[in-house]
Amino acid sequence: MKKKLQMSTIKKVLGAIKKYRLLLLLSIILATITVALSLYIPIIIGNAIDLIIDKGNVDFDSILPKLLNVGIIAIIIALLQWIMNNINNKITFNVTRDIRNQAFDKLEKLPLKYIDGNSHGAILSKLIADVDELANGLLMGFTQFFTGVVAIIGTLIFMLTISPKITIVVVVFTPLSLLIASFISKRTFSLFKVQSENRAEQTSIIEECVGNIKVVKAFSHEDEAQVEFDEANEKLAKASVKAIFFSSLVNPTTRFVNALVYAGVALVGAFIAIDGGAGAISVGALSTFLSYATQYAKPFNEISGVVTELQNALACATRVFELIDEKEEVADASYELGEAKGEVSLQNVDFSYTPEKELIKDLSIDIKAGMRVAIVGPTGCGKTTLINLLMRFYDVNDGVISVDGNDIREVTRHSLRKNYGMVLQETWLQDGTVRDNIKMGKPDATDEDVIMACKASHAHSFIKRLPQGYDTIISENGASLSAGQRQLLCIARIMLCLPPMLILDEATSSIDTRTELKIQDAFATLMKGRTSFIVAHRLSTIRDADLILVMRDGNVIEKGNHTELLEKKGFYYTLYNSQF
Amino acid sequence: MGKLLRYMKRYTKECIISPLFKMLEACFELFVPLVVANIIDVGIANGDKGYVIKMCLLMALLGLIGLSCTLVAQYFAAKAAVGFTKDVRSSLFKHINSLSYTEADTLGTSTLITRMTSDMNQVQTGVNLTLRLLMRSPFIVFGAMIMAFTVDVKSSWIFAVAIPLLSLVVFGIMCGTIPLYKKVQNRLDKVTGTARENLTGVRVIRAFGKEEYEKRKFHSSTEELNKIQLFVGKISAIMNPATYAIVNISIAILIWCGALRVDGGNLTQGEVIALYNYMSQILVELIKLASLIITMTKSVACGNRVQAIFDIKSSQEVITCENTGNSQYKVEFRNVNLRYKGASENSLDNISFSVMPGETVGIIGGTGSGKTTLVNMIGRFYDATEGEVFIDGKNVNSYELDTLREKLGIVPQTAVLFKGTIRDNMKWGNENATDDEILEAIRIAQASDVLASKENGLDHIIEQGGKNLSGGQRQRFTIARALVRKPEILILDDSSSALDYQTDANLRKSIKNIDYKPTVFIVSQRTASIQHADKIIVLDDGEIVGIGTHNELLEGCLVYNEIYSSQFKREGE
Repeated sequence: MKKKLQMSTIKKVLGAIKKYRLLLLLSIILATITVALSLYIPIIIGNAIDLIIDKGNVDFDSILPKLLNVGIIAIIIALLQWIMNNINNKITFNVTRDIRNQAFDKLEKLPLKYIDGNSHGAILSKLIADVDELANGLLMGFTQFFTGVVAIIGTLIFMLTISPKITIVVVVFTPLSLLIASFISKRTFSLFKVQSENRAEQTSIIEECVGNIKVVKAFSHEDEAQVEFDEANEKLAKASVKAIFFSSLVNPTTRFVNALVYAGVALVGAFIAIDGGAGAISVGALSTFLSYATQYAKPFNEISGVVTELQNALACATRVFELIDEKEEVADASYELGEAKGEVSLQNVDFSYTPEKELIKDLSIDIKAGMRVAIVGPTGCGKTTLINLLMRFYDVNDGVISVDGNDIREVTRHSLRKNYGMVLQETWLQDGTVRDNIKMGKPDATDEDVIMACKASHAHSFIKRLPQGYDTIISENGASLSAGQRQLLCIARIMLCLPPMLILDEATSSIDTRTELKIQDAFATLMKGRTSFIVAHRLSTIRDADLILVMRDGNVIEKGNHTELLEKKGFYYTLYNSQF
Repeated sequence: MGKLLRYMKRYTKECIISPLFKMLEACFELFVPLVVANIIDVGIANGDKGYVIKMCLLMALLGLIGLSCTLVAQYFAAKAAVGFTKDVRSSLFKHINSLSYTEADTLGTSTLITRMTSDMNQVQTGVNLTLRLLMRSPFIVFGAMIMAFTVDVKSSWIFAVAIPLLSLVVFGIMCGTIPLYKKVQNRLDKVTGTARENLTGVRVIRAFGKEEYEKRKFHSSTEELNKIQLFVGKISAIMNPATYAIVNISIAILIWCGALRVDGGNLTQGEVIALYNYMSQILVELIKLASLIITMTKSVACGNRVQAIFDIKSSQEVITCENTGNSQYKVEFRNVNLRYKGASENSLDNISFSVMPGETVGIIGGTGSGKTTLVNMIGRFYDATEGEVFIDGKNVNSYELDTLREKLGIVPQTAVLFKGTIRDNMKWGNENATDDEILEAIRIAQASDVLASKENGLDHIIEQGGKNLSGGQRQRFTIARALVRKPEILILDDSSSALDYQTDANLRKSIKNIDYKPTVFIVSQRTASIQHADKIIVLDDGEIVGIGTHNELLEGCLVYNEIYSSQFKREGE
């Protein structure tokens, strides 16, 4: 099962790289050439050294071309390596960009259920960190693996041609360093796990205490927090020393093994050189061997590192492709809903977020064009859910919602949503200028239109006072603005588009009541002739609604206008009277 | 970063031992080429096998000694780095907790969290690597050069040329790319930012049908990132090939010079090989050094950011004040002004009022009128820019902060609970509270039914941030937490916003009936929440525009009237 998953992930990754297969091929060829050439250099140098015997016994005429060759080959290698590096960069960065774009495009098409149901942090890390890891790990891992293998094979061949006997020394002893390395990293893995567990524990304390520093201070909880923190800190430090120390053993021990190999090569090589006869080697060849001996272990160590890197990259790739392969929203119908009159009807609507928990059951409402509908009820009664359905952020499980007689599933989402103006409880602003934010729904609006809309929503006076007025840059969701100001901007945004239907979710909850009073008038104009849905706690804002839907536990339990509902002496009556 | 190093003092021993042993290891490594030269010149030349064996054993021994030295070095480096980080982190935590609201506001909590976590981790890695490599790499580079000079001065000029040239290439490219990598990071942040926006704003984006626009925006930001990545890549891709070429060309020249010297009888064949080996060693170490320096620059930058937090001192100290207030009042404000740091206008202007023990005070006013600021000053979370605040007739500035704040039960606007059982959370109010006291507080806070719905009652585990409770449930528990303390002064800062009217009304009733009769401050935007208070303070733009009972204010205060009628407009019809 796991293998199958890995295979399918690899296939998908290959699919993403397909575009760059020629570059990849070129990179592989270049890698082969540079590795082979760089292995050849020690041989030339060895040969040159052989011509330097002792006083008066130096063959300058033969040395010179050899040394010139070394220089030229070194320059060629350098050039090819640079080209190869650039090609690899290009493949890696382009694949990163491609996959990231693909994942983002997907995100725009996913149902809200996915975005609401997954932590934003997790989705972001797929889009950013995982994609980076995927490209770096897989591509770099692959090229390293490849050059490593070429280097090992190449070195073996070169060594065998010089002296099989010494080669045996190298081949037999080198794996020792690998064994030691893998032995150590297996032990350290569990130590690192302990360390990261302790670190997570500490981070959560930091997040809680520092993130809520005001509460900590309000309750003079600093000392207790410090004790708790120091405990976690101490635990982490103990685990870290162990993890860091043991993992840092890998390099020195493999270096030691390499030193032994080096000594072994020197020993055997010197003996062969002294003995002479068949298979004898020269001093130059010995020096070539010595330089191979130091290099030979390196690709092995690298390859063993690459394997874990590849596994990690593969895990990241799986996560990224999980997102890319996530089921999209049901395809759009082709019918474009024009400017709606604003008749909305819900017929026998059933809906729930999860099958286990039933929410809206058999809900039917008829709303005539231009009606003002207020939705009231205690927290968590399903008001937001209703908005999700009207806007078609979620599809009903059963029943029909229609606008002007059109089932909303039979018109395009865009044309449906364009007919609604929505101001949500949680205000959301984009990075950009104030003007850009207001023009969001109508990019071609003129500055005069924008100012008019802002005046109508009473946002103009505070915008004027911002450092750069309408060109003030808003960042981090408007952190520099007050909640009320943010909401005014969101209202101005709607004022500018004037869609035929409105959804106002606690739209004025953060605005002080005096400002709200001023906005009320603007709203009244805005709502005139427009179907509007208002969610609010404040009874005063919903009193003059044409229809009040009283919701509780996902269902509309009462509906009617204010007077009717009061006469009924039901839930609305209790709710209303509890205010006084 | 510099000032952080005093935390290193406790680890002086480790900081000396570790680099010292690293240097020892390097020394032994530097002997190896000489041994090889001897094998060739003495052993092979004379056909002396015994000598060869001896020399090879010597090499193995050098390796072994090197290994033991490294182990010692690594151990002490790890110990010093981790210990140092632990100590810094602990004092940083303490320091952050000593900051006042003003500093916390300026810095922002997310910054503080990054400083404590990822910045500190980076510092640890940096210290560890520095202790291990900073001495070793330059030592080998220069050691190799010196050894080369001892072998043959006349051929070693090549080292003197090659090393600066190599350093130039390595450090030149590094210096050129470090600022560019910052740019890469910035563009990556932009990509992340766009993606995050699309998650948090998904409803608005879809409501406006901006999906295509957002796609284009995202694609162009990834394109920008891609461009700069390729550009930086091009430059840093020069490093390895260039150093490789320089070293090999130097080797060629070295051998040529060596050949001349051998021909003149001043050098042996083995010594030429030794020189060649020294040159190769230098290349490896220089590259290590370069990557070390990159890590170090990052660590120093992180260290500086941590240092910057330490440099911020809490603006609050206990000050003895002669001026006393009227001790019959529980709380008294006298001509208080407050201007936030960096603000151009006062947030509170000339605030004066007094409250008798046991009174209930309502504070009402528009957004940004200074309600929260005002109640924050009772616990001296902000210092008055001018004027005085008295609790029980004593200036708040002359209280020990703990003593002052123990009198208060504060329910902040945002309802935050901490990971742990409900009981743990309640004990924030009073460590020694009994279960009965806790249950009583929960009852007053209208949270008994919530508690009853939780399987394990007080032992119910609250997740980090109180995620497994609804907003209204959290709010009621935070009220209970403040009540567990049986505070002399209870401050409810708009803390019933997530409650429905019914619950809100019940809550107010039960607070009124508390037997120890705390002085209560209720901040609200709803007149309904405060209209039965003994005294209502109406704030407008940081100034008090009315103090009195509901009826008095209805008669005499225009602002209050406006607020009231906006909420109860058609009441009389």
